[in-house]
Amino acid sequence: MAEYAMAIDDNRLEDWVELFDEACDYKVVTRENVEQNLPNVLMWCDNKNMLRDRVESYRHVNLYNLHYDRHVLGPLRFTGNDGATWRFDVSYSLFQTELEGASRLFSVGRYRIEALVEAGEARLKAVTVVADTGLVPSLLATPI
Amino acid sequence: MKSEIRWPRNDYSRVPFRLHHDEELYALEMERIFRGPAWSYLCLEAEIPNPGDFRTTWVGDTPVVVSRAKDGTIHAFVNRCSHRGATIVRELRGNAERHVCLYHRWTYSTAGELTGLPFRKGLKGEGGMPEDFEMKSVSPRKMKVGNCAGMLFGTFQPEKAEALEKYLGEFGTGIIKRFLNRPIRVLGYSRQLIAGNWKLYAENLRDTYHASLLHEFFVTYGVDRATQKGGVKMDERHRHNMNHAYAATDTHEDAKAAYADTAARLDRMRLRDSKLLQFKNEFPDGMNLAAPTLFPNALLIQINNTLATRQIRPKGVGGHEVFQTVFGYVDDDEAMTRHRLMSSNLVGPAGFVSMEDGEAIEVVQKATRSAGDASAIVEMGGRGPLRDLAHRVTETPIRGFWSYWAELMGVEPEGAIR
Repeated sequence: MAEYAMAIDDNRLEDWVELFDEACDYKVVTRENVEQNLPNVLMWCDNKNMLRDRVESYRHVNLYNLHYDRHVLGPLRFTGNDGATWRFDVSYSLFQTELEGASRLFSVGRYRIEALVEAGEARLKAVTVVADTGLVPSLLATPI
Repeated sequence: MKSEIRWPRNDYSRVPFRLHHDEELYALEMERIFRGPAWSYLCLEAEIPNPGDFRTTWVGDTPVVVSRAKDGTIHAFVNRCSHRGATIVRELRGNAERHVCLYHRWTYSTAGELTGLPFRKGLKGEGGMPEDFEMKSVSPRKMKVGNCAGMLFGTFQPEKAEALEKYLGEFGTGIIKRFLNRPIRVLGYSRQLIAGNWKLYAENLRDTYHASLLHEFFVTYGVDRATQKGGVKMDERHRHNMNHAYAATDTHEDAKAAYADTAARLDRMRLRDSKLLQFKNEFPDGMNLAAPTLFPNALLIQINNTLATRQIRPKGVGGHEVFQTVFGYVDDDEAMTRHRLMSSNLVGPAGFVSMEDGEAIEVVQKATRSAGDASAIVEMGGRGPLRDLAHRVTETPIRGFWSYWAELMGVEPEGAIR
């Protein structure tokens, strides 16, 4: 998870994608929707190619607020395992800093993660970001 | 207002930047538009299906409860206790037999009437409210609610307002019925807080010129290009508008020629997984993009198979929330719901073709704070009379917005067009 956060914070989004398995699922949802059993997503990639597309689009197509990201990860709790698949929850805070140096809290919430651990190597199978911060400041481009 | 608004032109082809920064003007907008005779979008009827169901929402800066009473009728009232001004309903939604203010337990019916207050007659003959205190006379201010095909609107000044049907016109009612043509299912919400005046968002929605330029994703991946068949339509008063386009009505060569002078990368980029661009035609008119905007605070949006309403919630002169309600239909099967959600990668705060709006509005707000008497140029699509266009290289609906805004605000220039 440290590499997950730092890859995004260092703007190495391509490296971030490489932490995922080819058959993976990445989703950003809000606590407001989850608590009402509503399926709406802010972002959803249901395989690694969609993650690659997101990143490529950010690099060449989309325009968004120029900023630095900084993730601070909170307590991590294992919630179970199923053979080589391990599940755990981690809380996060994500701060954004503008080019002129002003920082703000951008999002807080929790990751729900499924990782495949094989031969001493972990690959992400599923990451669901459940954001408490349903009111997205400005816009959400770079991943949480 | 510190000074009178000086419109450089009476056709609104110049819009003073200070209209996005003036605090007094903002207060006046809340009064004359949102608490005035305009019909504001409240929520969808499908969100309060049962007696007792309620939602809290905002009309301008006024907190409002939308509630279905026991007899099934729908009411909207200011969410502020008549007694000392506390928020009555603090939840976002729910079902209640009555609403009780937490402060002194004043109690309101599901229709928003004050029905009871503790110790009204005092205790053992001491204290209590005066004999002649009438609960009815102090109930929270109510809105008149109108329902168009399941989309709920409210106005604070029904005596001055047109009937809802007339306000929306054939234009508006037709579009709403297009979207809400059968029972819907709400799929969820998204919220975005943009650091810009609410009118910049209203302008953005009426500016078809920017769509395929700012949102390069549209063009690069062929979701929407100005070379497709489409256009802008307005209602008779030019206060509402609709930007629309028909799927697959241009050629790649048309597009390449048209976008030769922009940075669009029409040949280089391909999505590895293009399922989020898939469009299953589900409307008789064949449009894949429709974005009707209803003055002052509503938008319906279709991008491919993602359907949503958006409500603009002003948050002070320099900010607004965009509250989006994504929906499908009750008769959608699981695959269709999944498809709609997948396609919703295109819209919302993280949408491939909408994220840029937040940034564009914020950089305008930031840079125009010090613009003094300068004005924006709104001439794409022509000057003078307001009219529909069978193309989208236009900003004319922005001028329509300002013409109605100025009328409601009582600040029209001499000889103003409408």
